[in-house]
Amino acid sequence: MSSIVAGSHGHDAAQAHGHSHELSFLRTYVFSLDHKVIGIQFLFSTLLWFVVGGLLALAVRWQLAWPWAEMPVVGRMLFSAEGGQISPEFYTMLFTMHASIMIFFVIIPILAGAFGNFLIPLMIGADDMAFPTLNMLSYWFMWPAFICMISSFFVAGGAAAAGWTAYPTLTIAAASAPGSGAGQTLWLIGLIFVGVSSMMGSVNYMTTIIQMRAPGMTMFRLPMTIWAMLITAILQAFALPVLTAALFMQVLDRLVRTGFFVPEGLTINNELIGAGGGQTLLWQHLFWFYSHPAVYIMILPAMGMVSDIISCFSRKPLFGYKPMVYSISGIAGLGFIVWGHHMFMSGMNPMLGATFMVSTMMIALPSAIKVFNWLGTIWGGQVQFTTPMLFALSFVSLFIIGGLSGIFMAATPVDIFIHDTYFIVAHIHYVLFGGTMFGVFGGIYFWFPKMFGRTMNEFWGKVHFFLTFIFFNGTFYPMHILGAGGFPRRYADPYHFEIFAHLQPMNQFITICALGMGASQLIFAANFFYSLFYGPKCGRNPWHANSLEWFAPSPPGHGNFDIQPIVYRGPYEYGSPEVDTDYYPQTQPPPDGATGDTSGRH
Amino acid sequence: MGKFWSLLFLSVPVLGVALFALAPSYGHWLPRDISTHGHQIDHLWNFILILTGVVFVATEVLLFWFLWRYDSKTNRDAVKFSHGSHNLEVIWTILPAATLLFIAIYQMNAWADAKIRNPAREGVKPTVEVMGRQFEWRLRYPGKDDVLGTQDDIFAVNDLHIPVNEQILVQLKTMDVLHDFFLPNLRIKQDAVPGMNIPVWFQATDVGTYDLVCAELCGWGHYKMKGRLTIQSRQEFDKWLDLKHQEQIATKPVESTKEASP
Repeated sequence: MSSIVAGSHGHDAAQAHGHSHELSFLRTYVFSLDHKVIGIQFLFSTLLWFVVGGLLALAVRWQLAWPWAEMPVVGRMLFSAEGGQISPEFYTMLFTMHASIMIFFVIIPILAGAFGNFLIPLMIGADDMAFPTLNMLSYWFMWPAFICMISSFFVAGGAAAAGWTAYPTLTIAAASAPGSGAGQTLWLIGLIFVGVSSMMGSVNYMTTIIQMRAPGMTMFRLPMTIWAMLITAILQAFALPVLTAALFMQVLDRLVRTGFFVPEGLTINNELIGAGGGQTLLWQHLFWFYSHPAVYIMILPAMGMVSDIISCFSRKPLFGYKPMVYSISGIAGLGFIVWGHHMFMSGMNPMLGATFMVSTMMIALPSAIKVFNWLGTIWGGQVQFTTPMLFALSFVSLFIIGGLSGIFMAATPVDIFIHDTYFIVAHIHYVLFGGTMFGVFGGIYFWFPKMFGRTMNEFWGKVHFFLTFIFFNGTFYPMHILGAGGFPRRYADPYHFEIFAHLQPMNQFITICALGMGASQLIFAANFFYSLFYGPKCGRNPWHANSLEWFAPSPPGHGNFDIQPIVYRGPYEYGSPEVDTDYYPQTQPPPDGATGDTSGRH
Repeated sequence: MGKFWSLLFLSVPVLGVALFALAPSYGHWLPRDISTHGHQIDHLWNFILILTGVVFVATEVLLFWFLWRYDSKTNRDAVKFSHGSHNLEVIWTILPAATLLFIAIYQMNAWADAKIRNPAREGVKPTVEVMGRQFEWRLRYPGKDDVLGTQDDIFAVNDLHIPVNEQILVQLKTMDVLHDFFLPNLRIKQDAVPGMNIPVWFQATDVGTYDLVCAELCGWGHYKMKGRLTIQSRQEFDKWLDLKHQEQIATKPVESTKEASP
């Protein structure tokens, strides 16, 4: 596929890699230093957690549709003491752990850990990460976190049940809630490990992207996926220390009563709490100082992958490459000064709320620019409706909804009414499921051939897409209407309030769609595992894409490239008049007389 | 199949708009507003709904049209080899920026009315102190002396009474964890924060009984934290206060003519 003549360097490198790395099974597949193996380890771990988090969500939905009804099949096994019912304590644990798992064990590690690890060296033309050992540790530091989370389900009082935001003072005193016993401490320690893992990853990604690019790979020839990974790594490096400090403070508050977050004279459940002298709002500021940038950590890489997929299957250059890079950077910068919009109703100074409102309004702008550029990319192209393309297109379609609904909550007076209602639940799921998870599915279908050397089944991929898309909208779109009715989050049984009683039929519809959405993922699982072993083998570049990873063998061996890649142009030269094919790989030398690089021109 | 997928994406704006258009006539909408400031919030809601609705329909229909028109199975035109347009980028940066800035400025007054212009500065005295506690609302009215924290204070639980057409000032506190004082019909929401005394103000325009909801997770019984808001005329309110007062000073509890608080 490439006209590069393998130079002697390339041959030597290939042979060196072939001979010098006879590693044991343990070093090859378990404690591997290879970024691809680590990426795939992250992928499998996070997909397993995705199943756990999804099942917890279905249990939440069951309770909201038919409160206190006996759960079919699993009810008797899990809660025989309550006659198969979900108890209110268990319900609070369900939504707490659903959110915690989905955010910290699925979305963040699947984007940075799985895709970041697998794609960064391949897309920049490096043979591995800058710090392979650190990279391995970043995966293995997830395991103490996994163990903390799993074991927390079995300690007295059960797992954490104070919401994924872990607001004091509910989380400080064991007396305040059943899950605020040992479960909460394990939750905090688990998150500290996740943070350490992310920090190791982020240092590695920044160094690798800046230092290890192939010859000719300038910053403005990087694919959007890599730009997004770089910006995400910077966000993590600056925001995580604050969260880590806050988590340690809460652990100390719980274990040795330091009282960072506890004011004087509180009585919880008839028990006088702690030394006092602290501030409850301090936690909220520290937590959201991390967790708002984290929202962008959870979407930017998906935006990058979607940009690559849309350009590839529109067979047309990405529209506005540099504005896309600038808007990602703009999101990252503004992302640090909008955290207060989670706290408009928190008792924070309302003047400060007005300030955060303005910065929050402005952060909608870069997202809007990105949407327009995606539309511009499709305009005038030759659209191929492959499974990864369908998922990427639905990212655009659904992210528009999630982005626009954000404006309602950014408007502080409107937020008075919809804060902590199902409107925010709809918003977050349109961004993180409709956006990120659809992007992740697209990414899996797109890069599966590179990861495993085989393609996934297109027909079943499209069935999976169709059902997920329909059931997703059936589940989350009506939640906007629930929010308009003031329907509160985190309620085990809202229907005993007169004002919410009429919303039960809509909740039942939502639950049926959610069950359908859960069941549709079985198609994905079957397709994934069948294709892993029996899928048709593919060559290096099944999608006729331009970027460097398609220049390597599928799957790439240790050291990635058998021929040293040399980069001549940006990754989006589809339909270039300089060549006869409708794609123009970054590694293909230009024909005589042509510069081969038009990516800087408009 | 390209046409089928394009139509699937068209169904998003079609069904999306339809649901929002139909929901109010089935009673699924903002609850009735009975406050003096609520119309500002509802107006902003409608304003943003229309604005975002236009952008939503425009972008989703464009997406549909581009997919329909440039489907590689039917599109005979060569790919437009373009890397972008400086002019378009400028237009679609400045237009949304101006719109967003406009929304930001446009709503300042409503926010100030709801959270900044505290009537206590004009000498309005607190009508009631609301204290959140797992899982109930403890209420305390100043007695005849109009001062909270004296011996003639009147107490109630989960049974909030206020007079209609008067400026109400609430002192919001909590004795244990975070709660949130949410009156959907009055468009009022405010967290109760340990260690803080937060003023909340509003004015009701109609009598009746409504729900008082806790909107911040406060433990396993969060969903049970239900209060009753009774808005009544000044005379009835005074009568109720008086009755409560009599109950509390009597050596033997007086049988209430009204239903007792739960």
